[in-house]
Amino acid sequence: MPVISTILLAQGHDLLAQGPDWIKFDVGAFLSQFWSDTIDGLAYGAIYALVAMGYTMVYGVLQLINFAHSEVFIVGAYAVFFTLSALGFGTSAPNLGIAALVGDLVLAMLVAMLVSGLVAVLLERVAYRPLRRRNAPRLAFLITAIGASFAIQYAIFAWRGPNPEPAIIMFRPQPVFDIGGVIITSQQLVIFLAAIVLMIVTDQFVNRTRLGRGLRAVAQDPDTATLMGVNKERVIVLTFLIGGVLAGAAALFYMMRVPAGAQFNGGFILGIKAFAAAVLGGIGNIRGALLGGLLLGVIGNYGATLFGNGQWIDVVAFVVLVAILMVRPTGILGESLGRARV
Amino acid sequence: MARARRIATIASAAALAVVLAGCAANTGGSSDTGSGGPSKVDVPEVTTLPVPPNAVKPAGNGQAQCASTTTIAFAGAQSGANAQLGINILNGAQLAVNQHNQANPGCQVQLKKFDTEGDPGKAPGIVTQLVSEQPTIGAIGLPFSGESKATGAIFEQAGLVHLTPSATNPSLTQNGWKTFFRALGNDAVQGPAAAKFITGKLGAKKVCVIQDDSDYGIGLAKTTNDALGAVAADCQDKVTTGQKDFSTVANKVIAAKPDAVFYAGYYAEGAPLDQQLVTKGFTGAFVGPDGVKDDKFIQQAGDASNNAFFTCPCVPGELLPEFADAYKGVSGGQAPGTYSLEGYDSATILLAGIDSGIKDRAGLLNWVTNYDKDGFSKHFKWDGTGELAATTVYGYKVQGGKIVYVGTIG
Repeated sequence: MPVISTILLAQGHDLLAQGPDWIKFDVGAFLSQFWSDTIDGLAYGAIYALVAMGYTMVYGVLQLINFAHSEVFIVGAYAVFFTLSALGFGTSAPNLGIAALVGDLVLAMLVAMLVSGLVAVLLERVAYRPLRRRNAPRLAFLITAIGASFAIQYAIFAWRGPNPEPAIIMFRPQPVFDIGGVIITSQQLVIFLAAIVLMIVTDQFVNRTRLGRGLRAVAQDPDTATLMGVNKERVIVLTFLIGGVLAGAAALFYMMRVPAGAQFNGGFILGIKAFAAAVLGGIGNIRGALLGGLLLGVIGNYGATLFGNGQWIDVVAFVVLVAILMVRPTGILGESLGRARV
Repeated sequence: MARARRIATIASAAALAVVLAGCAANTGGSSDTGSGGPSKVDVPEVTTLPVPPNAVKPAGNGQAQCASTTTIAFAGAQSGANAQLGINILNGAQLAVNQHNQANPGCQVQLKKFDTEGDPGKAPGIVTQLVSEQPTIGAIGLPFSGESKATGAIFEQAGLVHLTPSATNPSLTQNGWKTFFRALGNDAVQGPAAAKFITGKLGAKKVCVIQDDSDYGIGLAKTTNDALGAVAADCQDKVTTGQKDFSTVANKVIAAKPDAVFYAGYYAEGAPLDQQLVTKGFTGAFVGPDGVKDDKFIQQAGDASNNAFFTCPCVPGELLPEFADAYKGVSGGQAPGTYSLEGYDSATILLAGIDSGIKDRAGLLNWVTNYDKDGFSKHFKWDGTGELAATTVYGYKVQGGKIVYVGTIG
């Protein structure tokens, strides 16, 4: 017996010793970076959440996964790039007063919202509406969405080439709060707060306005809603428009964090993660998109630090996604756009 | 609907205003914190480069005769995120072919281009097509290590000699391939030279090494780490190709407070990484290898790139006025980039073989195997595995938004 246990111990020791070659836990770093990882995760997660809104609302109304939404987002990033370039922004932070800076950034955001919103509506008109008119099966929509995604990506590729646009530095982040050595910068705070405000406004719009009620009615039962006098086509256009507008806003915040983010396929991975965020929170559920986005942001960061390197971000994020879906198949908050209280 | 959008924009504008105003008070005082100025050590620019007096030129003697179908091929990324390196090489090779054809009316060599997008998954199919075209008797490429690893056996089987002007993973010459030749030093040379540069000229006492998931990055990180030893033992991280957000990596680096960060990978990830490090307050030096050394790095990292140094087995071709001027005629006005001169030299070696009367693949392979002459960039003579007999690593830095040469480093 002692012999066996020694062998086991030796093997166990070997396993532990071999472990670090491909997997290791860095608990020390996880603890010491916990708060900075959390803050970064929340800021980046807020961007996921804004993009996830587009996926979740379109799914809620049409049961369609709009894979081209990541391109609606990246078109917004180009809009931000061109607007800020025209306003004189470049590869170093501009020397602007606070009012002028805010004015420029808000203008860039409005342009991006407008452009992304228009692209989303155009996409609906060109790619999805003809299919809907012909009562095409759901699979046809899915394939069309993937096709539209590639079409927009490579249209941008043909126009702007393979490389990202040069960096647009909006401002140099300043520490705003320093809580026991944990620094929150102006950039993180702007992204997080502005995203939350936008989400709340959207949530209130859907839950409290007449148009929002129409939107929920179509999501719940399109035929009955039509009989009750809701213009279904208008609601669908509205849904795409809201999703696009939020993606445009997300593009500004994304460019704040990733100044050279405007690239033809730059929305692809972010789009997948935003879609995952929508599923995590409960697809079709607006508050779920917010929760899912923030969770995905922080969980990925925790995983990357805990496992000792950045390559674990997506692995951990998606493993957690699968684990949560096993317990709650409809996402954390459930699929509820159509089932919300009136 | 219009009203909702108005509410949305007003609300978010208000949020932006509140937050920015909150931190406006300290804008003046600390505006240069984290400006990422280069480490206190000054490594001065070097502006001249000696040219070997007997360098072989593509023009030859102007008397060459060859079949009109004679073709050499270029395979490498002409599109994709890291396409610029491939384009630099292609332009260099194109210039050599143009000069050759202009000087030799009796021998018009064609340069055929194959776009691999730098993708190891796509390259094998494209190279299979390349080797199947019989008029092709030599090739330039492939630029990246991953795609070179995936395609070396295809060239070998076809007996087609190919010179890579930029793939630097050491294992590429350990496959027994007789047709693979490397026209520059490998990472086994570059890694130790980078380590020596970081701890020597830059005087770093603590270093973080960050690698990507490519064959190139992994190999380079290993050789650099081996040479750095304890200096970098506590601060290691890894990123993935296509990653854009490097918060966790930046948090780790900020916590470790290193004097320098060495990034083993390409500029597509290196640029946003450096930018995000500096944004977080990193003030040390950012050192990257040849894969990061590109004007695109400066564009994409913005003014954060002022803290960057590069190591490269590549010669600063732009310092040779004669070459630089001619190159601009091919590239549409762009100055020579990383590996342009190596691409030019590689093509010149193949062209010199064709001019000597070689007509087939076996002959050209034999020509390169026994080659022993100066090129513009260096002396070309290979050992039995396809490595150069003697290699040099060159140092660069970013200064005033441009990459400048700082002398040889090993």
